[in-house]
Amino acid sequence: MHKVYNRIVQIAGNVVTVEAKDIGYKDLAEISSRTGKSLAQVIRMDGDRIYLQVFAGSRGISTGDKVRFLGHPMRVSFSENLIGRIFNGAGLPRDNGPQLSENMIEIGGPPVNPAKRIIPRRMIRTGIPMIDIFNSLVESQKLPIFSVPGEPYNEVLARIAMQAEVDLIILGGMGLKYDDYLFFRDTLQKHGSLSRSIFFIHTASDPTVECLLVPDISLAVAEQFALGGKRVLVLLTDMTNFCDALKEISITMEQIPSNRGYPGDLYSQLASRYEKAVDFDTAGSITTLAVTTMPGDDVTHPIPDNTGYITEGQFYLRNKSIEPFGSLSRLKQNVNGETRKDHRAVMNRMIQLFADYRSTTEKRSMGFHMSDWDTKLLSYGKTFEEKMMNLSVNIPLEEALDLGWEIMSDNFEPFETGVKSELIEEFWPKKR
Amino acid sequence: MKGSKRIGKISGINGNMVIADFDDYVVQNEVAYILHNEERLKSEVIRVRGNKAELQVFEDTKEIRIGGEVEFTDELLSVELGPGLLGQIVDGLQNPLPQLAEKCGFFLKRGVYLEALPDETKWEFTPSAKAGDRIKAGGKLGFVYEGIFKHSIMAPFGLQGEVEVKKITSKGKYNLKYVIAELTDENGKVHSATMQQIWPVKIPITAYAEKLKPTKPLVTKIRIIDTLMPVALGGTYCVPGPFGSGKTVLQQLISKHAEVDIVIIAACGERAGEVVELLRTFPELKNPRTNRPLIEQTIIICNTSSMPVAARESSVYTAVTMAEYYRQMGLNVLLLADSTSRWAQAMREMSGRLEEIPGEEAFPAYLETRIASFYERAGLVRLHDGDLGSVTIGGAVSPAGGNFEEPVTQATLKVVGAFHGLSNNRANARKYPAIDPLESWSKYGSFIDEGQRNTAHRILKRSQEVEQMMKVVGEEGTALSDFIVYLKGEFMDAVYLQQNAFDEVDAATVSERQKYVFNVIHKIMESGFKFGNKDTARRFFQALRQKFIEWNSIEWESKPFYKKEEEIEISVSEKRAELPEAQHA
Repeated sequence: MHKVYNRIVQIAGNVVTVEAKDIGYKDLAEISSRTGKSLAQVIRMDGDRIYLQVFAGSRGISTGDKVRFLGHPMRVSFSENLIGRIFNGAGLPRDNGPQLSENMIEIGGPPVNPAKRIIPRRMIRTGIPMIDIFNSLVESQKLPIFSVPGEPYNEVLARIAMQAEVDLIILGGMGLKYDDYLFFRDTLQKHGSLSRSIFFIHTASDPTVECLLVPDISLAVAEQFALGGKRVLVLLTDMTNFCDALKEISITMEQIPSNRGYPGDLYSQLASRYEKAVDFDTAGSITTLAVTTMPGDDVTHPIPDNTGYITEGQFYLRNKSIEPFGSLSRLKQNVNGETRKDHRAVMNRMIQLFADYRSTTEKRSMGFHMSDWDTKLLSYGKTFEEKMMNLSVNIPLEEALDLGWEIMSDNFEPFETGVKSELIEEFWPKKR
Repeated sequence: MKGSKRIGKISGINGNMVIADFDDYVVQNEVAYILHNEERLKSEVIRVRGNKAELQVFEDTKEIRIGGEVEFTDELLSVELGPGLLGQIVDGLQNPLPQLAEKCGFFLKRGVYLEALPDETKWEFTPSAKAGDRIKAGGKLGFVYEGIFKHSIMAPFGLQGEVEVKKITSKGKYNLKYVIAELTDENGKVHSATMQQIWPVKIPITAYAEKLKPTKPLVTKIRIIDTLMPVALGGTYCVPGPFGSGKTVLQQLISKHAEVDIVIIAACGERAGEVVELLRTFPELKNPRTNRPLIEQTIIICNTSSMPVAARESSVYTAVTMAEYYRQMGLNVLLLADSTSRWAQAMREMSGRLEEIPGEEAFPAYLETRIASFYERAGLVRLHDGDLGSVTIGGAVSPAGGNFEEPVTQATLKVVGAFHGLSNNRANARKYPAIDPLESWSKYGSFIDEGQRNTAHRILKRSQEVEQMMKVVGEEGTALSDFIVYLKGEFMDAVYLQQNAFDEVDAATVSERQKYVFNVIHKIMESGFKFGNKDTARRFFQALRQKFIEWNSIEWESKPFYKKEEEIEISVSEKRAELPEAQHA
């Protein structure tokens, strides 16, 4: 019943053009070539000329190959059976489980009506003090981790996946190194978290274009679970690969690039994915954490720049720890007033003292005289880095706050911290 | 032409641009509907080449087919204007979002358009004109009460010359579409007037006698703005800033506190979460001047970043048209657009699809003229009946990479009257509002004395110079007199320019209090001080700062307010001395 065409008139980059009639925009097609079958999607129509973006790449496609249109846009099967399974970027099994085909849902669906969103109020605890105390993660938040290759961003994601108090974890891997994929799989399996996870993994060796589907598939599935009342955490790594795939297609389509070769609609493309993070009125939620590796560690590069304008804050991962400056959770004040009454005071004062420590180290490196106060700050900063910022620290929020008081009392007199006296009375550790 | 529908056939699709072949004629910028199964998708003609009309579609174009039908309407993209707009939350095409949610649930289903102003609602109309009166376009026929406002019902804005009121209904309750008056023009043609008007968004409403120079300050109650870089009623300003510098928070503060009649917020291509905060808090927050919920003086136009791009482009026009409408009643309207960069990007996306020759950073060549003509729709006007009304426009700008050299910021700076540049350094140091006091400027006058403002500016500038110098030579190498100027600048910044948005009193400062407090600050700035060494100087200003910050959170004109002032005055006079020349910046 599906129409089959075999007049491919143009192959350029990973886009092939076929002459066909009565095709819907964004519909899927299946191209059978000597290298196997690949899915392709309509990205432009000009009269009878249909431009298809081929997910497996155009290598080996002949002008005489068959193109079969499926008559619908990209879909994915949605059911409880997805949980615990691993798929590739096109939604096909990567584990040895069966292919799923029941209850197909469309991906890249319409945006949520802002009138049906609610102000997020629930904190997601991660066990990482630099997040829990200083930049609390909030349910329905969208946050990128800005980092550079070589930093342990995937380890951070895996840790959050294991510890976060959510119902379901969806991992979308884009251009993931095979080792990293195995790392995620084995780590989550070891901690028994695989049974509440779904993986959509595109590895570095898979065709580039296929990674374009990963965020949409992951988020479409997440959305269905959230509508069913589940609290879903979506982890995406690495969004830079996704953007580079967008760039590749747009250049092939001879679109005029806007900034460093990226398409003019990069902002809208990223926003339509990140904005899927939501806290539904009367249903569940989607929280998104996404790794963005910054090319050349440059935050003004179009990818991190556009991302920062969309997301609700950002974490900088540098020198194997979450950097206190620049990192920001825009929603933290929605939750950190209701955790423990010393939370905000500890957060503010410890950061201000740490800022003073940083300027003291600058002064020291320029050879200026160190006062008593400077010496105290230096000792404080060192303990803070060792005991708080170190990523191996894994303690609940309350313990982390106690640790904060301990670090302050080890280095300062109470009045030097500038914390309100009623809090000092209650929380300042009594010296033995 | 009505009756015979003009139909075109789709011959190409590229993203949200659809090309349709037509036989008869098309009108540039007319609305066309793409017919797909049961759905009707709204679009606008943006270019015509031969017998091909190029349409920007306000919806997702998924599954549309070549050969599909397009129905042209002969109408330009328009908004409905009339009582009932206030308190509404609509998308860029004026679809009321809460009503859409009732109808469609969680998601914005494409192709569903609801009437912006429901016709079932009846409004109590009181005529003010009578048969035989001669009026012009926008002339007042009567009024209805919309919340606390006397909402004027006006003669159609499109009328040419003078018209005579032929007939007008008596006081009573009517539907919006009920003909309340008939007007005869000079050629004897009869026009009917209803309480509702339809106006094309991209054409300014010009039913006024003259445009005046904005001179009266618009009080935002943000001290750094009102004192150093004020905005005028009917003026324009822009707020560029990198992400995380607090653009949206600043815009929201102004929307809550500014002394205007009506605030229109255009959330254009930004985060949905921020709009949700407005939607959920505005019905509960009260305007202290009217004691009514803020939402009753507000219209929110919301086309967030994940909503269709073409509708984002039209959302700012929808907003400014509504602002002009309320201006016609003699009200002061403030339009806050957040962010105009997203609007410019929407133009860029469309320009790319049209394969136009790109300008800088691929923005279209007409970027500047579009930005200019948008801001030019602001203004203070004298209406035909002598009343004054104004539209003030404040646009947030999100420069790529935080770099103000980029095209949108530059094009905007050329046409606005005030520039509030946000700085990352200030934001990182938690100095809010993070407006850079030295980079920013305003061409409008303030209610604060000009001489005092100049002193403040001079001290801030000199203070920053000393700070830069100290980074090189250290504190040891800085003269005490210079150090005191540095401390003065830091002090003024901390206690006056910075404002604590979370403190109920400090969040908004009325103009009388600004004048009063700034006078005190000015005296301190002009005073000379005698200190033994730098440490005592620093400690003095630190202590003074603490007192001042406490003063800032004490209610204006209360007893403790004056008590604190006395306390401040005492500690200042202890250290005051003859002014050594060098401390004078």
